[in-house]
Amino acid sequence: MTQSRARALLLTPAGLWYAAMLLLPLAVVLIFSFGERSAIGGYAPGFTFEQYANLPARFAAFRNTLTLAPVGTIAALLIAYPLAYFLAVKVSPKWKTMLLVLVIVPFWTSILIRSYAWIFLLGGKGIPALLETIGLDDVRLLNTPFAVLVGIVYGYLPLMVFPIYVALEKLDKRLLEAAADLGTPPWRAFLQITLPLSMPGVLTGSMLVFILLMGEFLIPAILGGGKVFFVGNALVDLFLQSRNWAFGSAVAVALVVIMLITIGIYSRLVKRFGASRDDVGLM
Amino acid sequence: MTDTTTHVRAPEAVAGFVGATKRFSGVLAADRIDLRIRRGEFLSFLGPSGCGKTTMLRMLAGFESPTEGEVLIDGRNVSAVPAHRRPVNMVFQHYALFPHMTVAQNVGYGLRQRRPRLPKHEIEMKVAKTLATVRLADFGPRRIWEMSGGQQQRVALARAIVNEPKILLLDEPMAALDAKLRGEMQRELLDLQRSLGITFVLVTHDQEEALAMSDRICIMGKGRIAQVGTPQELYDRPRSRYVADFVGKANIVQGRITGRQGGMAQAVLGNGVKVVLRDEPGDARPVAEIAVRPEALGLATRESAVPEGTAAVRARVTHRTFLGDHTEYLLAADGLGQMQVNVPRQAERASGGHDVGALVHVLWPEGTGLVLAADD
Repeated sequence: MTQSRARALLLTPAGLWYAAMLLLPLAVVLIFSFGERSAIGGYAPGFTFEQYANLPARFAAFRNTLTLAPVGTIAALLIAYPLAYFLAVKVSPKWKTMLLVLVIVPFWTSILIRSYAWIFLLGGKGIPALLETIGLDDVRLLNTPFAVLVGIVYGYLPLMVFPIYVALEKLDKRLLEAAADLGTPPWRAFLQITLPLSMPGVLTGSMLVFILLMGEFLIPAILGGGKVFFVGNALVDLFLQSRNWAFGSAVAVALVVIMLITIGIYSRLVKRFGASRDDVGLM
Repeated sequence: MTDTTTHVRAPEAVAGFVGATKRFSGVLAADRIDLRIRRGEFLSFLGPSGCGKTTMLRMLAGFESPTEGEVLIDGRNVSAVPAHRRPVNMVFQHYALFPHMTVAQNVGYGLRQRRPRLPKHEIEMKVAKTLATVRLADFGPRRIWEMSGGQQQRVALARAIVNEPKILLLDEPMAALDAKLRGEMQRELLDLQRSLGITFVLVTHDQEEALAMSDRICIMGKGRIAQVGTPQELYDRPRSRYVADFVGKANIVQGRITGRQGGMAQAVLGNGVKVVLRDEPGDARPVAEIAVRPEALGLATRESAVPEGTAAVRARVTHRTFLGDHTEYLLAADGLGQMQVNVPRQAERASGGHDVGALVHVLWPEGTGLVLAADD
């Protein structure tokens, strides 16, 4: 009896933390989503599905988010994997630390400022000007989905690089020797040994980047120029500009539901792949 | 150095080293090695860590290529042939099993790499047969982490032998096993080698393991071959102090050679005692180191008990360790320093044993001990 009571007591802080930090805000958003916009903006109590029925009005935001988030994740993965592989496998220990720091350094500057740098690069005097010299006139990059894609891949690349780097770093190099010993040429050993054993890093990095991209609003606001906007931008607009908290809450709830479904599918995938357990690490 | 084996048995070489030298940023791991590995033999590379034995194995496997000289397999210089095209397979020290594959997938891995591809049913059949050979018949679907250390070792073994390699390379395969399992595994490996007829090349730092399993042992030190021979040859006729120390225990004393004849030598030890020894043919040094095994010597309490023709050295017992089948005596011998004498159980019973502190005579029968060549 006393034991179970002690356990309950010990679990209380964690329970309170969950309630205060997680459930309470979500509950507020959920309640708001069934309410109405009051005359002066903000929230008025009520119970209506009107806000949810209105969701198609923000279709473009959902469409952009649901295409650019996965595409951005995949693009980041395709760029990050070779980089992580290079850092973990090819670079000599002498240079490794320095190159790893270089991957993090951009994080020391605000994403806002770094995104403004891309405005210049993608703007008329940047890359399009260069393209003009080789005869490609009138290429518009800024304020296109492409610009947003470049921005998010650039911004979130380190988050993809590190989990993959860690997975590749702890990969036992003797496994590759064993594969060679058993008759596998290096490129096939990469596909059969390195790639599957780095999947935990790939999946972690992808999830991390994907979740953050789903909530992104800064980069589309800067590089999309109001033409390419995410759900995040819709939320900023609804809560801060038009002050329609009820509709904003409904949009937020819809996003949470979509995320839950995606993560559900993802964890299914992980289970299928993830027959490999980390602790086997090979010893 | 060349082979010194006396009984020649199918001297056909399956592999070899010709002047093979491997330098790692200035450090010589293998120094002008010449060695023939005979088809079907069980050869061990024995030596302390850093002696170059693992480099030899890795040059055979193809993970290292010699800086100078040649590595031969089946008479062909394979120095430039990458590991994945060599007809040899390795059992790795920590097994290096693929953690994302089942036991059967691990074992079948080498077969699946063959081009043109082997038919699936043939792979399955061979895997099943090999798993049965290593007594893991029902373990095919298991995951690697579900296997004990000893079982993992069998998987590693099966993964290598299923490919029917020309040479099976074993890199300290018993290092991670406990003593009891090790003895069991040694016998199993020997049985396997006999039934498969594959050449086994083992790397170990464990002299007992090398003695117990090998047809021939190649003792290495500082990147050079110190001596090659059957376990018995190495034990009975170590050529150098290094070998005498590494294989079994040996008392090493200095002696002045006073006469040599027909493979025997007379010598005067540091304390003036005259002994008769086996000699290294062709040696002409006046002063040399002499090795004598602890079990070749005896102990007597009284001088009158010293038999005719047996040299005797006076000594005081400093330690006595009862080890069941024999008793180990450490003695401070007059003018020779510390010596070890192992007295078998029966002789110990007959003499009643010797207490620590007792004055005794170390018996050195004629023809016991060996003149050692100078260490290089």
